[in-house]
This record gives sequence, C-alpha cells and structure tokens, in this order.
Amino acid sequence: MRRLAERQRDFAAALLDAGRPLPKGIVGPDGEPSAKRFAVYRNNVIVGLIEALGDAFPAVRRIVGEDFFREMARAYFVREPPSSPILLDYGDKFADFVDGFAPAAGLPYLRDVARIERAWREAYHASEAEPLDAAAFAAIGPDRYPELRLLFHPSARVVRSSFPAVTIWRMNVADGVPAPVDLAAGGEDAFVVRPRAVVEARLIP
Amino acid sequence: MPPALSSTLPRAIPPRAGVGLKPQHYSTIIETKPDIGFFEAHAENYMCAGGPPHRYLGAIREHYPLSLHGVGLSIGADRPLNRDHLARLKSLNERYAPGLFSEHLAWSTHDGAFLNDLLPVPYTEETLARVCEHIDEVQDALGRQMLLENPSTYIAFAESDYAETGFIAEVARRTGCGLLLDVNNVYVASTNQEWDPIAYIEAYPLASVQEIHLAGYAREADEKGRSLLIDTHDRPVDEIVWDLFARVVARIGPTPTLIEWDAAVPAWPTLKAEAERAEAIMLAGEREGPRRAASC
Repeated sequence: MRRLAERQRDFAAALLDAGRPLPKGIVGPDGEPSAKRFAVYRNNVIVGLIEALGDAFPAVRRIVGEDFFREMARAYFVREPPSSPILLDYGDKFADFVDGFAPAAGLPYLRDVARIERAWREAYHASEAEPLDAAAFAAIGPDRYPELRLLFHPSARVVRSSFPAVTIWRMNVADGVPAPVDLAAGGEDAFVVRPRAVVEARLIP
Repeated sequence: MPPALSSTLPRAIPPRAGVGLKPQHYSTIIETKPDIGFFEAHAENYMCAGGPPHRYLGAIREHYPLSLHGVGLSIGADRPLNRDHLARLKSLNERYAPGLFSEHLAWSTHDGAFLNDLLPVPYTEETLARVCEHIDEVQDALGRQMLLENPSTYIAFAESDYAETGFIAEVARRTGCGLLLDVNNVYVASTNQEWDPIAYIEAYPLASVQEIHLAGYAREADEKGRSLLIDTHDRPVDEIVWDLFARVVARIGPTPTLIEWDAAVPAWPTLKAEAERAEAIMLAGEREGPRRAASC
C-alpha cells in the first residue's frame, strides 16, 4: 500500500476544504488529533495567496479595502487555486473574476483597474528587448519601408475601458490621492509598457 | 562538489552572515554596497522572462556571493517532480551560478494544485525512498550538490518511525546532499513536537551542514493551551534561537548564516544589524573554540 500517496491526497483535501474532518493520524505531541495545529497549514496557504494577490493588485485592494479584498481573494482562491509554484503569475484570471464577483457589482470599473494592474505586472516581468527610436530608421531608405516588419515590445499591453480606469488606477497606487471621479466622463484606454527598467502606463489619446 | 555546468563559475559563499534578498532593499544595496557576506534569493521570485528583478539580481551577483533557495519544488511529494520547474531551476542555476543551492524537506504540490506552504512529510521508509529519489534527480539535473533544509512543523504523523534527525541523516548519507540547518525551524519544531532542541542539534548530522538559517517566529497556543510556534519570518531572531545558533557554531565553526526576514520586511539597517549579530557570534565562537576539525 502506498501510504504516502494517500496521506498527501487526504492532507491536501482537508487543507483546501475547511469543512472536512482532520485526516486520521495527524497529531499533536501527545499523539492526539489537533485541529488548531492543522489549521496553521490552512491559514498559511490562504494568507500567503491573499498577500500575493494584494501585491499584484494594490489599487484594487485600496479601492475595496483590506477586509473586502481578503474575502474577494479567498473566493478567487476557491475558484482558481494556483497551478504553479511561481506566484508571480498568480492572478491571471483575477480581473474576470472581479467582474463576476457579485458583492463588487457596485464598482463596475473595478475589473478594468484589475486589468491595468495585471498588464503592469506582466510588463514588469516581460522579456527584455531594445526599444527602437527614430534614429533606428534613419539608415533605412523610404523605398524599403514596405519591407519593414515592426513588432510590439514584449512588455506592451493595451487595456481598453469604458470607464476612466487609468485615472482611477493612478489615484490608488503609490502616493496617489483618491478624489471624486465622474464615471460618465468617458472611457480611457491604457498603453502599458516597460521599455527598459520602468513600467509606464500611458493614457492612449 | 561537481563543477557547475555554467560558464560562470560559482562564487563560494564565505563563512559569514548574509541576508535574504528583498526588492525593498534592491536600491540601497546597489547604491551603498554594504559589507555583507552574501545574499540569498528565492528562486521562484526570479522565474520570469526579464524585468527589474533580473537586472537587480544580476547587479548584486556582480558584487556579492549569491545563494539560491527554492521554495516550490515539492521534493517531499509522492508524485514525480515537476520537470518544467526543475528545468527552470537549472536555467537559474546556470545563469547566476550561485555558491549554494538549497530546497526543503517538504511538499507543496498535489494534483497540479500549488498549495503554497511547506507541508510536512511522515518519516517512514516509503518517504525516505521517495525523497532520496527526488534529490538524486535534482542533483543530476542541476549537475551540482543541493542542500536540504529541515522543516518547521506544527503536527506529527502517527506512522512516522524515524526521528526527524535520523531521517535527515539518512537522506544525506544516501544522496550525498548537503544540509541547510534552519535553527529557527529546530526551535519551532522542537517546541511544537515537545522535543529537546539541544538534543535535536546533538543528534543532527552536523558534519553535512553547509549553511544555517535564522529567522523570527510567532508564539500562539493550541486548543490545549500548549505553545504553538509559527515560522513567520516577520520579526527579529529570538534570543533562544541566538543561543542555539551559538551552540551550533561552537560545534561546527563559522558557517554561511542567513537572516531570513520575508514578511513585515524592515528597513535595511535593522536587517543588517541582525546579520552583524550573527557574525559577532561566529567571531566569538572562533576565539573561544572548540571548532570543526577541518577548519583547525
């Protein structure tokens, strides 16, 4: 019998579902079961992931507040537990999840703020590539322009919004100061890119 | 140790104190070049195509010895190792040629889900065989020796028939891996399991230890009012852990020692002061001896 496989199956199931009983034979120092001790693992898993999401979506967290964010992140974890040990990638479906998260329905722009933050994160970790400036084209005659094939920088992302999402995002990151925003003022589209070391989120005119 | 497969030669980690590398300190480190023995990076935080983390890590690697610490390989899992993850570790090891590479005696992946914690294993023959098989695979894939870290644990498995120290000694013997002795984990696990931490250290295969970790823990209580220590890495090293560290140093001499402070990360001077304290203990131990025979 492969006990280790069973152990880990039962341990993982109890870890992910707090409603399940403690697996047998998981004990404290007196050889008796201890739910409180097992709960340390449950707590570590969820708290670590909530923090990882909070780091990736600081403006969303600031907009909804710590308590709301924690519950939203917990619900996301139940739906989308990470499939990779690389937590830098965790949260790739968070914006869509936020869009369908009923308690956040009163904040229709929240999904687009999350999309900007996800684009920012992806741009931050994207491959390096030397951006072209105007001088790069100087040596190329206009007759050869039809042969040119231009590629976006690997960090480039576009986020389109029917809300002033860029304005809202800027107000809620770093030392931004939140202020009243007219949601009916029209949409804003963001061009997020990291030409070299610094991620820029530009408003597309 | 077999040579690294990289064209860059690994720079040995000196028997000094180092600190865990945090993004909050990148610019202070680059701008002020503090005198510190080494930096240790979490491998998973650099598993990205490009961007500032690689720029900073590359710049820091130019000036300091670097060790690499994996937190997600799930060596203790019954399932096969994630080959993609192993390939990513290999690529990072080749790129940065760290002086030491370490991972945990723990599992964290099951059925494709990453469980985001270092989960404990039962100390049985079956686990021993599986862990050794995985460590052999890691050392083959990376072309180097790895260090295995002892866990902080909150529960025990009724079926365990090895003491943790005996289990780890047997893993080191069978695989030839080195060991990373986390002294805070010794204290956390010993308190939680009602072991004697001094007896733990006496029983530990100290001859295989190539690195030490120190960190802070939080004290809670279980449902029976017994101390339940949590390995939080969010505060200074506790006095009792410093004492245990001094005891280890008295036995094995100065050894690369890392201060881990991963949550509620303090300002640089606070972290640096912890490293200085570790170095002072190692220097005092050197003056007072006894020392590891090999270094006499």
